[in-house]
Amino acid sequence: MTVPTSGSRLRTEAVTVGYGGDPVVHDLSITLADGKVTTIVGPNGCGKSTLLRTMSRLLKPTSGSVLLDGKSIHDRHTRDVARTMALLPQSPIAPDGLLVRDLVGRGRHPHQRWFSQWSPEDERIVELALEMTDTASLRDRPLDQLSGGQRQRAWIAMTLAQETDLLLLDEPTTYLDLAHQVEVLDLVTRLNRERGRTVVMVLHDLNLAARYSDTIVVMKDGVVVTEGNPTEVFTPVMLAETFGLEADVLSDPRTGLPIIVPTSSAASVELSPDAAKKELADAPNS
Amino acid sequence: MSTATQERTRRHSPTLSTPLRVGPMSWLVPLRAGIAVVGGLVVLAALVAIDLSKGDFEIPVGDVIRTLLGGGDAGQQFIVLELRLPQTLVAILVGCALGLSGALTQTFARNPLASPDILGVTEGAALGAVAVIVLAGGSGYGGGLVAGALQTVGLPVAAFAGALLTATLLYVLSWRRGIDGQRLVLIGIGLSFALSAGTSWLLVKARIMDAASAQVWLNGSLNGRGWEQATPLLWTLAVLVPVSVLLARSLNALQLGDDSARGLGVRLQLTQLMTLVSAVGLVAVSVSAVGPLEFVAFVVPQIALRLTAGSRPPMLASMVLGACLVVAADVVTRVVIPFPLPAGIVTAVIGAPYLIWLLLRRNRKVSA
Repeated sequence: MTVPTSGSRLRTEAVTVGYGGDPVVHDLSITLADGKVTTIVGPNGCGKSTLLRTMSRLLKPTSGSVLLDGKSIHDRHTRDVARTMALLPQSPIAPDGLLVRDLVGRGRHPHQRWFSQWSPEDERIVELALEMTDTASLRDRPLDQLSGGQRQRAWIAMTLAQETDLLLLDEPTTYLDLAHQVEVLDLVTRLNRERGRTVVMVLHDLNLAARYSDTIVVMKDGVVVTEGNPTEVFTPVMLAETFGLEADVLSDPRTGLPIIVPTSSAASVELSPDAAKKELADAPNS
Repeated sequence: MSTATQERTRRHSPTLSTPLRVGPMSWLVPLRAGIAVVGGLVVLAALVAIDLSKGDFEIPVGDVIRTLLGGGDAGQQFIVLELRLPQTLVAILVGCALGLSGALTQTFARNPLASPDILGVTEGAALGAVAVIVLAGGSGYGGGLVAGALQTVGLPVAAFAGALLTATLLYVLSWRRGIDGQRLVLIGIGLSFALSAGTSWLLVKARIMDAASAQVWLNGSLNGRGWEQATPLLWTLAVLVPVSVLLARSLNALQLGDDSARGLGVRLQLTQLMTLVSAVGLVAVSVSAVGPLEFVAFVVPQIALRLTAGSRPPMLASMVLGACLVVAADVVTRVVIPFPLPAGIVTAVIGAPYLIWLLLRRNRKVSA
């Protein structure tokens, strides 16, 4: 069920995406609520990153379309899209020694022209992005000398400098330890609550997804299995059917949000070897 | 480990930059790059003065400067302005073109190895030129004036075509849903070997006179180059320098990876194609003017990068330093060596040790 609530600027209409062989995403329609944090979860290879990459115009669907403000994202001028929607890809790269402020400054790209490369406005927005992400004190440091969490905050600052209403994050917590994962997701929440940014992200860790999202979209085999708020979505039945994971869902005494506790272990006799392998791959590994 | 970190900290001490704003226009000027360009220009001016003063008939540097400013006697004017200046001008232009072309390819592929002379583009030009010398050469084609004319007209064209064909082949072979820097370099190195094998085969097959003249050309020489070579270089630079400057912003975004660049609104394939075409145009015209000057396009942008401590090879500084290196090579061939040494050998002598050093250093970094 995709009922637009307050409004939606980004949606997909029956998109099918593939890399030449079998499609990875099948005939998928989804509407992303404005001003909310939406997280796409699903087992490995379910097509969640492919969907995010398609929504951010990195991949072209073989059929169907991604609509941003009612117009197909692939038909719009890429610079206009970049002023509306920012993207943090899964493994961004930066040249050796790139300073934090230079990285963040590059987020101004879609707003600049060859004759206007560093306006007072650019300077103001970059400063704001540094402050919002608590990276102002790191501005003169090379990116490769920062901790994982600091580096990821600097990248998010870069996407903020793009001044967009929509922010798409592809597994922003990969390779980070738990403290840094929380640091990054706290920042994402703040941007959403205080700055009203619409956030769409892909996360691996179901507990973090439950804690930091307004809406959870669960995908399997290229289609949406279910979507809704974390409490509705995370049920033992869904976890067993979609992730092949035997788990209890508890309620966080402080927030009332679901906490997923796997009950089976890899050695469990009830699980087939395949399911056990799958569980190992999908279980929150933080 | 700690020393490596220290070295990096020192090399990347915060780069100062200053905003430059005129009315609605604004730029961010990196100060170290600015200093490198100005300093490079001073060195270049000195090298040019020395270059113009040396030769069979030595003219004091003071007189050279006076002559350039409109003074000097008739003899000095003839020697400096008519005989030597055009060749020096070709050296400057070739240096600019090669420096810029290396800066473009290295930035585009995010790899310091990705310079036109490593990617085989230069070898493609060489094969084209040698083919003309050997197959349509004086002794091979019945000799005489006709073949001579064909050589002077045909050689630059063949070199240009060879570079262009190689670049096209490189692009087609490296294309797989986009261009990946690593793959580009590997395929380029392979192409480069295949092409130089072709050149060797032609040299073996050629008559001894043709082989000798081809060998001279292959070494890259500035001797006797003049306006005939300078004019196409000037036109090419007049078009491609502004194009490159316009590409710079997109190249900055491209350094953050293809996905990030596209997220920032860069038209990825257009930018990549324009960059490659510009770089190949610059190399093709240079090689057709003076033959392959090894390592200039490879070394200069990396030296400029270290001087400016930026995040990618700087374009203007690479041009100025490229001009310095080629003019310096010209000075060496005119002065230090008693017989005319091809400038390409001088640049190779400077460049090869640098290549080894760079490879060792990268290797150590990986294993550290």
